[in-house]
Amino acid sequence: MMDAEILEARIREGVSDVSHMAVRDLTGTKDHWEALIVSSAFAGKSRIEQHQMVYAALGELMAGPIHALALQTYTPETWSEAKG
Amino acid sequence: MEDTVRERIQGIIDGNDVVLFMKGNKNFPQCGFSATVVEVLRRSGSEFQDINVLEDPAVRQGIKEFTNWPTIPQLYVRGKFVGGCDIIREMFEKGELEAVLSPAEG
Repeated sequence: MMDAEILEARIREGVSDVSHMAVRDLTGTKDHWEALIVSSAFAGKSRIEQHQMVYAALGELMAGPIHALALQTYTPETWSEAKG
Repeated sequence: MEDTVRERIQGIIDGNDVVLFMKGNKNFPQCGFSATVVEVLRRSGSEFQDINVLEDPAVRQGIKEFTNWPTIPQLYVRGKFVGGCDIIREMFEKGELEAVLSPAEG
């Protein structure tokens, strides 16, 4: 279990230049999360590399407190396209 | 990770064109994320080998280090890591998955 504030803070610490983020507790149990992250640091990276950056930021949290994390990663450019 | 585990994982990946490390098996997935990827692969018409990590604690932990990816499921196609549940689903929705799954031409 963990709080959304901690999750968000850890991601912002590990991934530079986050311009938008939304985290959601999927189950109300604070261990199944969804995170949408927009950062210019994702530019030029594959989807795999983008998700690895987020996982690296969360480190040991992925091995216990976070049971599941659905991820959506965008650069500012792909985010403005996705928003339409 | 022990070398024997690393070699075993490499052997599984080398021995199967399309292999999904998952919780449960393709007929009885035991996790919603694994179930999603199985469904996507079925809809893509792809044959695949399922590896139930719940039956093999060494592989369950080892595959996370092997791929530098902390979650399961994990899909490998012809030796290359393609992604976890979110990426596979996104590729499917964008119509990119079929090209990755289909055997190389020539």
